[in-house]
Amino acid sequence: MAETLRYRDDQPVDHPAVTVDAFLDQSNAAAVRIEPGDDARELLPHLGRLSLVEVNFPAFGDGRGYSSARILREAGYEGELRAVGDVLVDQLAYMRRCGFDAFEPDQQLDKDDVQAAFDRWPEVYQDAADDRTPIWTKRHA
Amino acid sequence: MYKYDQYDQAMVDARVEEFRDQARRRLEGKLTEDQFKPLRLMNGLYLQLHAYMLRVAIPYGTLNSQQMHALADIADKYDRGYGHFTTRQNIQYNWIKLEDAGDILADLAKVEMHAIQTSGNCIRNISSDHFAGAAADEIVDPRPYAELLRQWSSFHPEFSYLPRKFKIAVIASDTDRAAMRLHDIGIQIVKNDAGELGAAFYVGGGMGRTPMVAPCINAFVPLDRLVTYAEACLRVYNRHGRRDNKYKARIKILVHEMGAEEYTRQVEAEYAHLLEEGVEPPFAELERIRTYFEDPLFEAGAPEEVDRSDPDFAVWVDRNTVAHKEAGYVSAVISLKPVGGIPGDATAEQMRLMADLAKDYSFDELRVMHTQNIVLPHVRKADLHALWTALDEAGLGSPNLDTVEDIIACPGLDYCSLANARSIPIAQRISERFAANGKTGTLGELKLKISGCINACGHHHAGHIGILGVDRKGVENYQLLLGGSEAEDVSLAKITGPGFDENGIVDAVETVTNVYENERQDGERFLDTYRRIGMNPFKEALYG
Repeated sequence: MAETLRYRDDQPVDHPAVTVDAFLDQSNAAAVRIEPGDDARELLPHLGRLSLVEVNFPAFGDGRGYSSARILREAGYEGELRAVGDVLVDQLAYMRRCGFDAFEPDQQLDKDDVQAAFDRWPEVYQDAADDRTPIWTKRHA
Repeated sequence: MYKYDQYDQAMVDARVEEFRDQARRRLEGKLTEDQFKPLRLMNGLYLQLHAYMLRVAIPYGTLNSQQMHALADIADKYDRGYGHFTTRQNIQYNWIKLEDAGDILADLAKVEMHAIQTSGNCIRNISSDHFAGAAADEIVDPRPYAELLRQWSSFHPEFSYLPRKFKIAVIASDTDRAAMRLHDIGIQIVKNDAGELGAAFYVGGGMGRTPMVAPCINAFVPLDRLVTYAEACLRVYNRHGRRDNKYKARIKILVHEMGAEEYTRQVEAEYAHLLEEGVEPPFAELERIRTYFEDPLFEAGAPEEVDRSDPDFAVWVDRNTVAHKEAGYVSAVISLKPVGGIPGDATAEQMRLMADLAKDYSFDELRVMHTQNIVLPHVRKADLHALWTALDEAGLGSPNLDTVEDIIACPGLDYCSLANARSIPIAQRISERFAANGKTGTLGELKLKISGCINACGHHHAGHIGILGVDRKGVENYQLLLGGSEAEDVSLAKITGPGFDENGIVDAVETVTNVYENERQDGERFLDTYRRIGMNPFKEALYG
C-alpha cells in the first residue's frame, strides 16, 4: 500500500468512503468515493456533512475526475479532496490546481519527483480551483 | 506579431525542463511506455512507422523569419534536411531521435516556439485564417482571439486528459479559409446589429471516420465572455464525452448522440455557473494582445500596376496572389506543391529562402496555410517580380494555388503507422498527369484531398475530389469521393462507387474532370457543376 500524500492540517476521516449511491441513501457517512461516471453535482446538497471526498482514477488517462474536483470546490466544499487510484507524478500539479489536496496513489511515488512536480510551474495561465493568480491577472494588476 | 513577455517565456522554459525530467524518468524505468506516451504526445512526439515524428506548433499559422530560420536549422541538425507543413498549420519532422527531443524543444524555446499540445487528448494548437490581418473581407484580425485561447488552453489543469483530441479554429470573415465548421469548436468573430463584436460558436464538427459539420450553438457570445463559454463547452465534453470507444470519443459524437439542443442547454447552464465563478481574463488582456497584431507600416500610395510582360510571371501573379485590404499590396502564396513533389515538404534551404524573402518583402511575416502552402501576407505589388524570380529559381514558383495540383495529402503509409495505403505517390502521379495534359489551368479551382486511411488527416471528406486509401485484402485500393468542401459552402463528399488501384485512381480523377469540362456552364467550378448535375454523370463515366 502506497503512502497517502496529504496537504491538510486536520485529522483524516477514520472510516472508509462509501459509494455515491450508498452516501445518498444514508445520513451518517462523512466520506464518499466518486467514480469517473458519477455526477459530482449529486453531492452538492450534502456538502455540509462531508469531510472526505475520494475521486477515483481507475486509469490516469480518464480525466473526468478533474472536472468533478473543480465542481466540488466551486460549490464551496472545503473538506479533504483525495485523488485515489492510478495517480502519477506527472498529473499531480494539474490535480492540485483542480482542488485536490490529498493523493492516494496505487504505486508509491518518489518523494523528490513529487516535490519537483509541485515546484514545476512558475506561473499559471488560467483560473482554476487553487489560489494561484493567473498570468493575465498579473499583467493587468 | 505576438511577442512573448517574461511570463510566456517562463512557461515554455518550464515545459522544456519538465520534458527533460520526464524523459529521464522514462529512461530510469520510473515511467512505463504507457505512462510516458501521453506525456510525449503532449510535447508533439509521435511514434511513426520508422522513427519518432516531432510536430512543432505554429500558433494560428503565423511566424517570423527568425522562427522560420530556426525551423530550418532543426531540419538540418536533427532531421534529414527537410520538414513537412501540416493541415493544421504546424510543421512536423519525420526522422527525430527521442534523445534529441529535449534539445530541440530548448532550441525552439529560444525563438518563442514550442511543441506544446500538438498531439494527445488535449486542446491542440489553435488554427486560423492564413490571410488574417491582410484579407480584404475580414471584419477584424481573428488572431488575437486565437492567442487568448492559446494561453487559456496551455497546460489547462482540467482539460489535459479529454476523451480525445480537441481542435479549435478561429476566423473573422464570412469566407472560411480555415475549415472552421470541421473543427471540434469553430469560432467566427462576428458583428451584431449594434456593431459590437462577438463570437459565434460552432461545436461538434470534424472529419475522421464519422465526418460531421458543426452546428451553431450560440450565434453571439460577447468577447468579454469568450474564455468562459469555451470553458463551458469543454467541461460538458470532458464530463460526458464517450470514453468507452476511442472512435466515438470526439465531441462530434457527443453532440450528435446527445443532440445539439441538449448539448447547448448543458453548455448554457455551465456557462451561467462559470460566469458566477469568474474565470474570464481581464478584458485588458485581449486589448494588450491586440496591440501585437496592428497593421505594419504600409506604404501609402504603393503602385497598383504590375509589369506582366513576362508570361510565366503573369500566370503566377494571376494564380498565386490574393487581394489585400491595402492598396498596392497582395498576399502571395508560395506553393509547396511542385509537380511530382511531396505536398507540404520544404527543404531547410527553401525554408531559409522563404524566411529571407519574408524579411525583404513581407514585413518579416510568414503564414502556414492548412492547405500546406506558405503565405507572404503583405507584399507590395511592385516587389512581386523580384519575389517570384527568387522563388522560381528555388523551385518554389509553381503557379498552382487551388488547382488540381494543389493537393492536400496525409503522410500515408510512407510514414504513418495508422495508414492503410500510400497517399504521397498518388498525389505525385496526379500532379504529373495534369501537368502533362496541360489542363491544370483550364480546370480552375479544384480542391483535391487524399487520405491514406479513414482517419482522414488528408481531409478527403472536404475535397471537391477526395481520395481515400483503404486496404483490400492486402492490396492498396483507392476510393473516389466527390462534392466536398471545407469552405463557407461546407459539404461532405460522397463516394462514387467501387475503388480503384494505384493507376486506376489517377485515370478516374482525369475521367471526372473530363465530365466537368463537358458539362460546365459559364464560370462554374468543378464543385458547382457537381452540385448542379449530381453524381450520376460522373458514375456513368467511371463505371459505364
